[in-house]
Amino acid sequence: MAGTLAEKVWEAHLVRRGKDGSPDLLYIDLHLVHEVTSPQAFEGLRLAGRQVRRPDLTIATEDHNTPTLDIDRPIADETSRTQIETLRRNAREFGVRLHSLGDADQGIVHQVGPQLGLTMPGLTVVCGDSHTSTHGAFGALAFGIGTSEVEHVLATQTLPLAPFKTMAITVNGTLPPGTTSKDIILAIIAKIGTGGGQGYVLEYRGEAIRNLSMEARMTICNMSIEAGARAGMIAPDETTFEYLKGRPHAPEGADWDEAVEYWRTLRSDDDAQFDAEVVLEAADLEPFVTWGTNPGQGLPLSASVPVPAEIADEGERSAAERALEYMGLDAGTPLRDIKVDTVFIGSCTNGRIEDLRSVAKVVKGRTKAEDVRVLVVPSSARVRLQAEAEGLDVIFKEFGAEWRNAGCSMCLGMNPDQLAPGERSASTSNRNFEGRQGKGGRTHLVSPLVAAATAIRGTLSSVADLDLPEGVDITTFDGSPLDGVGAPSVGESVVVDLPLPVAR
Amino acid sequence: MEKFTTHTGVGVPLRRSNVDTDQIIPAVYLKRVTRTGFEDALFAAWRGDPSFVLNQEAYSAGSVLVAGPDFGTGSSREHAVWALKDYGFRVVLSSRFADIFRGNSGKQGLVTGVVSPEDIEILWKILETKPGTEVTVDLDAKTATADDVTVPFQIDDYTRWRLMEGLDDIGLTLQNEADITAFEQTRAAWRPKTLPAKHLPSVEIEAARPV
Repeated sequence: MAGTLAEKVWEAHLVRRGKDGSPDLLYIDLHLVHEVTSPQAFEGLRLAGRQVRRPDLTIATEDHNTPTLDIDRPIADETSRTQIETLRRNAREFGVRLHSLGDADQGIVHQVGPQLGLTMPGLTVVCGDSHTSTHGAFGALAFGIGTSEVEHVLATQTLPLAPFKTMAITVNGTLPPGTTSKDIILAIIAKIGTGGGQGYVLEYRGEAIRNLSMEARMTICNMSIEAGARAGMIAPDETTFEYLKGRPHAPEGADWDEAVEYWRTLRSDDDAQFDAEVVLEAADLEPFVTWGTNPGQGLPLSASVPVPAEIADEGERSAAERALEYMGLDAGTPLRDIKVDTVFIGSCTNGRIEDLRSVAKVVKGRTKAEDVRVLVVPSSARVRLQAEAEGLDVIFKEFGAEWRNAGCSMCLGMNPDQLAPGERSASTSNRNFEGRQGKGGRTHLVSPLVAAATAIRGTLSSVADLDLPEGVDITTFDGSPLDGVGAPSVGESVVVDLPLPVAR
Repeated sequence: MEKFTTHTGVGVPLRRSNVDTDQIIPAVYLKRVTRTGFEDALFAAWRGDPSFVLNQEAYSAGSVLVAGPDFGTGSSREHAVWALKDYGFRVVLSSRFADIFRGNSGKQGLVTGVVSPEDIEILWKILETKPGTEVTVDLDAKTATADDVTVPFQIDDYTRWRLMEGLDDIGLTLQNEADITAFEQTRAAWRPKTLPAKHLPSVEIEAARPV
């Protein structure tokens, strides 16, 4: 029978098919763990006298709550420190591999999996974090789970799940210069709404998606959850295989060949039926920014803040009124006139090396707008090291930005990186909810290119608004390495047997 | 998990759509490592506002939340469910829930009933006209009753059964442990293992400091 990509991965993990309305039991290939959603799950295991069934399919890192300054000193905030220490204790006790602050492989959990080559096509990947959908960019079925489910996966390496519906999102054509995959996903969410994907696994396809790099694909899948979807997927192709090959945990030799042969089958059949379909023309896109307090409240940068009175739907109108009040915006103001206090470049959405390179190309040799704070936070320690090897940190510092250590940082403001009440940010992250980046903080979601241009001009801007030096055009602001700096190779991996104490 | 059949308690009208989990519990409260004690964190950003519904005496002891569409969107934090439960809520009614939130609720014994937008409006009117009105939620009959109005709600049969029986998911799954072990024997060799750990060559990390 013809199947979609999501259905094929689902079927390949079926431990037990549910009968009489009970859910299917699915095997989980990879479980990512972090400090915030795991302590109560480990405590549950302890209380029930259970073990982690498959420590060898589990990996933990510290990201949400970690400082991006002074990582060599004890964490100042006591509750934060306790949470980190709890994860370290749990990892030791249950034999789970952990990449702690200060370790070269520490970073945002959704960067750590891919960069180690653990995230692969055809896997089921879960994590107690809604942005687990990121890993779908490899053709994995990857979704966020709650703490009870974290405990369930730790104990059984499975999850009982009711089948999802499938939605095909086709993006035809070629992206105009100055637009990025972030603009694609912001446009999709604005089109289908924050609830439009509920109950669905989204599959992104079409020429514009195929032409994206692996990292750009991750940005799109990452924000699937902001459309309400459980997961987003992209069928694997040569771009995927090339990204994976040679990474520390990528298969080798005959295993690699067998894997690639299987991965090539992971595509929706031509006659597969989707429950819903959405089509977008990439050529119509321009840089997208949000004006409100949910990721669906977005518009092209050339537009103006909406006028609530002109919104027909009563619910949407009152939501818009509330959003404008919170955001401190007047209806009808051109989005380009909105002045920001802070520019945040980072997060699991846009904190990877290509994002940092594209920003560096825009800001190189320039100085930031005088009263704007610019924070650049790489998504992992490894990304930070690579950026430093390429000299990007120098470009950022000369620009006037703060260069930080890896973590979730201001995306969710759990650590000290927060907006003050009333402060306004242009942020490459994924959520513009009320108070998300700090109590009373106001967030505009943007692409890395818009963030860079905004940091230069001080108001929401695209790279097309910049006066460009002779011989520079905006098509060069991509994720490839800067002139004169080769992309460091992935390198030889080394095997390390972590000393794993036996639990209890 | 405690069994749930019926519950009667004060209904709280929350006339907002897209109440995301950052509103239900802001991230700063997620640093705790316990599973209880989150009642002070519920709707923390709004609790300082005297006009907020839970700050009105008639509603402050509420246990049935009647919310606008797309309740529980955003982050997967189960803390949102714990905060609602710790405050005293047993039931949330909305015309649409985010998937992860609804799943988390089912694991923790918080009933999430899907009610049509029209019926939500009727419930809101009753609860706003007569603050303190109790709502009776009958999970067996899948109905919610306020005053003389009874509205149906939807909840998937499996979750309803588990809630009514008070069953623990992990225990249920482990009844199939033989199936899990058998499945594990069939997994292809290329599928990744996190152990033994493989790395890129290790690098000494120094703290980055701002200029």
